[in-house]
Amino acid sequence: MVLEEELVLALAANPGQAFEAMVLHWQQRVYAFALRLTGSPQDAEEIAQDTFVRAWRALSQWPPERIRAMRMRAWLYQIALNVFRNRVARRSLTVIPLESPDGRPVIEPADDWRERPEVAAESAELRQRMAATLVALPAHMRVAVVLRHVEGFTYREIAELLEQPEGTVKAHVHRGTRQLRQALQHERVEVGV
Amino acid sequence: MNRDQPSPRAIVQTLHNLRTVLPPATLLPSVMRLTGLADSYIPLETPVGTVFVAWNVRGITAVMRRDDVGNFTADYLRQFQRQAIAADATTANALRPALEATVRGERKAPLPFDLHKLTEFEQAVLRKALEIPRGQVRPYGWIAREIGRPGAVRAVGSALKHNPIPLLIPCHRVVLSDGQLGQYAMGGTNIKRALLEVEGAEPETLETLAQQHVQFYGSDTTNVFCFPTCRHARRVTLQHRVTFGSVREAVASGYRPCKVCRPA
Repeated sequence: MVLEEELVLALAANPGQAFEAMVLHWQQRVYAFALRLTGSPQDAEEIAQDTFVRAWRALSQWPPERIRAMRMRAWLYQIALNVFRNRVARRSLTVIPLESPDGRPVIEPADDWRERPEVAAESAELRQRMAATLVALPAHMRVAVVLRHVEGFTYREIAELLEQPEGTVKAHVHRGTRQLRQALQHERVEVGV
Repeated sequence: MNRDQPSPRAIVQTLHNLRTVLPPATLLPSVMRLTGLADSYIPLETPVGTVFVAWNVRGITAVMRRDDVGNFTADYLRQFQRQAIAADATTANALRPALEATVRGERKAPLPFDLHKLTEFEQAVLRKALEIPRGQVRPYGWIAREIGRPGAVRAVGSALKHNPIPLLIPCHRVVLSDGQLGQYAMGGTNIKRALLEVEGAEPETLETLAQQHVQFYGSDTTNVFCFPTCRHARRVTLQHRVTFGSVREAVASGYRPCKVCRPA
């Protein structure tokens, strides 16, 4: 990734000047990652915010050679994961209902999927059900599935990030994906679609 | 297999598409603020029109009078090397009453100011200016003497001229030693006069006194002399008021300087 390398060099040269570009470049990914883990736009924004603030605290202390040597993507996701886990441990995450109190589906935050034909073809409803079902998965499966299928990390990268054997990661992803299929199917039967 | 069960491929595709979601517009600004890489601002209505008040974690950094927000943010970036980002509504609403009360002169508790980029001398000048009550004025020489640099009257004028936080740090309450109003950083003498008028310092009276070479008021019952805008000078009735053109004249007449406004 050329841009990422440029960002790393710019950060090493002048962290204060390049940091905004780094946030601009990564905010969409980090926010989407946090949103799919928590299901809550508010929690996701706070996690993303915390992630970048922690990133800045590190970057502003590091010597240039340490910044140049970092793997930015893995590093940022690592921070985001830690922030997410800390919040789960503190039970400060709001529980996301699948439906709002008045019975309507929880509204998805703004996104740009309408501009992409292959996404537009998929119903907004399926997307919404998938997001809700994903949040209901056990955390270890959810993290593995989101990293693999939403964020597109390889199994090896995920294994490194989570400090787990690759086989364990694969098992979590497969089981998680299977549970998603089953949950979506059950839901269809229940509502009689 | 149940026909209604989505295919593994459809599942993976739908999951992949969950990545297309836009972050809220508030994310980048709040990160920049929390890291101290950007400052916040709000527009504020004042007697001299709309001004922009900016701050960071250290305190208030600037008050700028600009026609529109674009000019303000451009000038701010140039002057402070940091972006200024509009504060969110909650912060703005929490801060606005304190700023308005300060401009009205009703707030006694000092606001936090970020003056750390200024020299010690400049900081001393501005902090001294903060002591001048609303509705009163002091000469440049008074500030110079009070901060222990009686010879630095011109430097005091220069420090006040470059006051980054006019209005909240009331440099408009500092006038020439002869009582003329003098220049004003945020828009010239007319703005200065208008501000002093609003505050009840009676700038026209001050200018008249300057023409008559009157610098101090004394009371012939207490034998104390004051700056004309000192609250003690204002209590003296016309029949007991005496006027002086200089400290020497007052002292020679047997008067001592007021301990509140400290004219000498």
